[in-house]
Amino acid sequence: MTETITANGTGDPGSAETGAPVLEIEDLHVTFPGRGREPDVRAVRGVGYSVRRGEILGIVGESGSGKSVSSMAAMGLLPDNARVTGSIRLHGEELLGLDDKAMSTKRGDRIAMVFQDPLSGLTPVYTVGDQIIEAVRVHNPKMSKERAAERAVELLGIVGIPNPAQRAKAFPHEFSGGMRQRVMIAIAIANDPDVIICDEPTTALDVTIQAQILEVLKAAQRETGAAIVMITHDLGVVAGLVDRMLVMYAGRPVEVGAVDDVYYRTRMPYTMGLLGSVPRLDTEEHAPLVPIEGNPPSLSSLPPGCPFAPRCPIATDECRAEEPELLEVGGDGHTAACIRAPEIEREGWTAADVYPVPEFGEASASRTRRADRETVLQVDGLVKHHPLMKGAVFKRRVGTVYAVDGVSFDIAEGETLGLVGESGCGKSSTLMEILSLERPQGGTVDLLGRRSGTMGARERFAVRRDVQVVFQDPMSSLDPRMLVFDIVAEPLLTHGYSKDRLRARVNELLDLVGLDPAHAGRYPQEFSGGQRQRIGIARALALEPRLLVLDEPVSALDVSIQAGVINLLEELKVRLGLSYLFVAHDLSVVRHIADRVAVMYLGRIVEIGEVGRIFGDPAHPYTQALLSAIPVPDPEKERARSHIVLEGDLPSPADPPSGCRFRPRCPKFAGLSEAERVPCLEVSPDLESTGEDDHAAACHYAQGRAVV
Amino acid sequence: MSLSAELAPDAEGEAPARTPGRWSSVLRQMLQTRRVVFGVATIVLMVVMAWVGPLLSPWDFGERDYAAFLQPPSPDHWWGTDSTGRDVFVSTMVGLQKSVIIGLLVAVLSTAVAAVVGAFAGYFLGVTDRVLMWITDLLLVLPSFLILAILYPVLRDQGWLVFVGLLAAFLWMVTAKMVRGMTISLKEREYVLAARYMGVPAWKIIFRHIIPNMSSLLIVDATINVSSAIIVETSLSYFGFGVQPPDVSLGSLISDGASQAVTHPWTFVFSTGLLVLLVLAVNLIGDGLRDALDPQSKRRA
Amino acid sequence: MWLFLVRRLVNYLVLIVVATTCAYLLAASALSPRVNYENQSPRPSEEAVDARLDELNLNDKTPLAERWVVWAGDVVTGDFGKTVTGGSVNEEMEIRILVSLRLIIAGTVLGATAGVGVGAYAAVKQYGVFDQLSTGAAFTVLAVPAVVVAISLQVLAIWLNGVAGETLLVFNGEATPSLDAGFFGTLWDRAKHMFLPTVALALGQFAVFSRYQRNMMLDVLGSDFVRTARAKGLTRRAALLKHALRTALIPTVTYFTFTFGVMMAGTTFTEKVYNWKGMGSWLIDSIATNDVHAVAAVSCFMAVCVMAAAFLSDLLYAWLDPRVRVG
Repeated sequence: MTETITANGTGDPGSAETGAPVLEIEDLHVTFPGRGREPDVRAVRGVGYSVRRGEILGIVGESGSGKSVSSMAAMGLLPDNARVTGSIRLHGEELLGLDDKAMSTKRGDRIAMVFQDPLSGLTPVYTVGDQIIEAVRVHNPKMSKERAAERAVELLGIVGIPNPAQRAKAFPHEFSGGMRQRVMIAIAIANDPDVIICDEPTTALDVTIQAQILEVLKAAQRETGAAIVMITHDLGVVAGLVDRMLVMYAGRPVEVGAVDDVYYRTRMPYTMGLLGSVPRLDTEEHAPLVPIEGNPPSLSSLPPGCPFAPRCPIATDECRAEEPELLEVGGDGHTAACIRAPEIEREGWTAADVYPVPEFGEASASRTRRADRETVLQVDGLVKHHPLMKGAVFKRRVGTVYAVDGVSFDIAEGETLGLVGESGCGKSSTLMEILSLERPQGGTVDLLGRRSGTMGARERFAVRRDVQVVFQDPMSSLDPRMLVFDIVAEPLLTHGYSKDRLRARVNELLDLVGLDPAHAGRYPQEFSGGQRQRIGIARALALEPRLLVLDEPVSALDVSIQAGVINLLEELKVRLGLSYLFVAHDLSVVRHIADRVAVMYLGRIVEIGEVGRIFGDPAHPYTQALLSAIPVPDPEKERARSHIVLEGDLPSPADPPSGCRFRPRCPKFAGLSEAERVPCLEVSPDLESTGEDDHAAACHYAQGRAVV
Repeated sequence: MSLSAELAPDAEGEAPARTPGRWSSVLRQMLQTRRVVFGVATIVLMVVMAWVGPLLSPWDFGERDYAAFLQPPSPDHWWGTDSTGRDVFVSTMVGLQKSVIIGLLVAVLSTAVAAVVGAFAGYFLGVTDRVLMWITDLLLVLPSFLILAILYPVLRDQGWLVFVGLLAAFLWMVTAKMVRGMTISLKEREYVLAARYMGVPAWKIIFRHIIPNMSSLLIVDATINVSSAIIVETSLSYFGFGVQPPDVSLGSLISDGASQAVTHPWTFVFSTGLLVLLVLAVNLIGDGLRDALDPQSKRRA
Repeated sequence: MWLFLVRRLVNYLVLIVVATTCAYLLAASALSPRVNYENQSPRPSEEAVDARLDELNLNDKTPLAERWVVWAGDVVTGDFGKTVTGGSVNEEMEIRILVSLRLIIAGTVLGATAGVGVGAYAAVKQYGVFDQLSTGAAFTVLAVPAVVVAISLQVLAIWLNGVAGETLLVFNGEATPSLDAGFFGTLWDRAKHMFLPTVALALGQFAVFSRYQRNMMLDVLGSDFVRTARAKGLTRRAALLKHALRTALIPTVTYFTFTFGVMMAGTTFTEKVYNWKGMGSWLIDSIATNDVHAVAAVSCFMAVCVMAAAFLSDLLYAWLDPRVRVG
């Protein structure tokens, strides 16, 4: 267990500014020709930046903003049909126009890259050792195999893989996502590159693993002294890590500057909106988020003028006439592409001034005491084990996965319970067990007073009506072959809604979730992610349920869109008096929307309580670590925070440790004496009340501690 | 205000025109592909020729010209005559009719069986799956050619429709296995889960959500089955186990002509050429459809 | 692991037994060896025919179940019974299996190897001339039934021989009868006989595999690990060969099982057309001569082959893909 102070990446900022730039990009344009008669896609339109040795540059933007395409261009990895113009120089040498062979000698040697998805990034049929050896030997053909193998083991050690010599012989599928990303970093730093481009390196990972990987990247930078280009959509990650940053929108940088300037002296409304729409871990009040209206423009048919103008609340006619240039708006190279930037500076406008803040009332239920309200869901000692199978061809059972192992909680009417935990902790399994209405393997589930597994078919059908679900992926939760009307009407028809009132009801529902009822005749593919999620919510609300189960409802959406959906959910709860079971891995979102929070780890709940208590004064070491790992989008705060970085991965749910399941990774356990450790080793702690406001933690040594 | 957050720009902004639905875009894309256009045109042409051709010819099907045995093509007999004095053009057109009908019927039948068996096996798993898949495996192991060859002569008095049924019975297995695999992944899709948690009964989910969402696979497989059926029919007829006189199919014509292929090529070349063209056209359509329907291949291109 | 292998093998065995039994029952009830005697002249007496059929266990007057029990009892001891003319099915089979296997193995290896190579290269050069040509060739071959391929090659050979004025290509039988040309002469003679049937079989395999491999290769071309390999500094060509092709081979191996059944059918036609005395041509002949036991024996052989192919492709799959290996 390590506790590190997150200073900015370089230690002393002065050194970053010295020396010639390693990588310089100027006026880069990338265009993908459209198929057939479709128009060209102008993915990148004039990107320029430079990085020096030891400097960390952040590139921030939502999906489709061109941030990845520009870095792929720097690596020369764009498909052949892409048209690239401008200039990309490495140590002053022009890279654009080099053929594949010449480019190969640079790639992986002077300029390296870490990609987003570690699960598919390694060739499944070679051992990780061989893949690192390949990276070493392709640039040092004279190096002996033995020497390269030694180097591979050494690299695995640097990126923090335990038992590197032995693990080098393992195949990628035997590694967890976080471990694979470490291997990818080992490959990237194999030849001491001068620039490492990291394309969303932690997006696919859990927060505690993200914290580890960011540490590894910093260590790698110390090791190689390389410049790092960090591409991400996460404003928290950028805040604590980078020196300078570039905000991209519709293929162009719209605001560039030192990280503090961009965060505290924001001059571009888009950046403001981005910062305003992020749910924050470090703010107490339950204020609505500030969504940016609309969707990013299509890169194949850009409107004239500023591409952000259609979504910008302060856009004028002038904004729509001509696309603004990036202009100096402050000291230290702070530039913004907004004609109203001087005005913003003069008036000292912030996000709250630019964006209207939505308002909605308070739920009527929340005025009555929790104990007096009806319990809509009561889960008691729920157990779900399933067999662990191995091999695709020679399949056989090799053990039991203890996916859910004694989970208890309840939800009162009009309440939102946030169920949080990292992937593999059993939160989705818990949810599926509740929704199946089958008799659980152990424990009980009572929905609206009726017990799962004891209901008759008719009763079960009636409960289905009152409990509805919204899923994570707006792509796969709507049947692509059905019209929106049929999708929303399906639950109504199933439950015998009269046909003549159907259309009116569907229109009403679409209106309720903020969609135009005139669009009912379209297919889901014609809508954006946020709109699709709204269709899913309309379907779930069709039967006027009392409990809505939400399985990561916003995690597939971009932040600016996410804010709108969160606001919608909050408003619906108030208007319709709904209860939510809100499953998520993003604790910032949960803090924003939940009344109570349950934290899961390896099939058990380790802490449960009021949202303020869990976030303000968590008692379980796991909750503390989880909260501490989340970066806050505030550079000063982030630099001052100390992160608890957990060691190792989540243990396999098929082979949980004895006693307390969190013990092997627990920072508290590490500091205990032999005698004190005995209960942790032998007894699995139960959820025990800490004596105040329904708060309980499952730790032998529970003790509150503020970490945000 | 939050409620209309995403509504506003869509109404006034980028796309006021209604985006085309899935099928019309598939159709458009298909028509942009040269091979699909070629395939469809060829098939339409052949169908027209098969049904209109015999009407134009002065000869009737089965009519013999005792003055012309094994005569090469001439203005009198456009594609020559065979060893019994029949007009090759007319026989070939009638054979083409039969082959086209057999191919289409078998494809529809076998694809339907495959969809139902595969979807039920994949959706319910457990015992249903084991039983259905065991039957599928057994039929895959049994030499289908042998069964057809033995059974058909016994049943041939029932007419050639029985032949269609038998062919279909031995063509569905591979598709069923693929459908099963896809069903297993589709049933975990969230819209299927949503329907299940809504209380929609299983059989309805299968027919409403699962099978329609495999339509691309099914359509592509149906086209493959058309060509397989035609080819199997040809082979069986070649050995005398298929379509029986007085009916003719391209297969029985090829088999009649094969022995004289070198000495009297017109008895062999026309039926073979048409057969190859027919199967080729069907395969081209299938391949084009796959590209148009499979989002993965779209990404590639 | 071993238990699992045994279970799988038992499953295969059951399938083979059931398939063979089905084939026997079908053949015994649908084929009538009695008819063979009715056409003889002088026509033998009914008693004589009965006696002969009883001896061969082919008498349709004996209940089917009874005949099956006798036949199955023999099969369990490894004896597939007598042919309709009284010869031993086993002896005939021993010779014919070798003939068929030679053809099947040569055709598969040649066709699959060429198909995989061409398909992979075509995918790399997608939409290039090579891709267009190989796609065209594969499509054409796929559209031609195996029988027609075999016959067309024969016609081609006749024409070629005619042009050359000597017998360059042989298309009848496995060897020139009573040829006395020493060891190498005989070998050359056999190779010449084998050339056309092998090509006829391999063509179909080539077409199927080249299409399939091309698609599989296109699937991995854009994958993340190929991009990683290139980001390491491998040239496009090296990344494709070492990472993409190796991974794209895995699904092709499982596909092998599916094509094997088609291959077996193809062998039947090829043997028949080229007049090879293998298992396939025996199937056709034995149906025509109402040879029930031979039909059952050939079915058994084909079932064993299909199962062996399935097993082999499972093993290959496990060998190629570390993810399915059980450690």
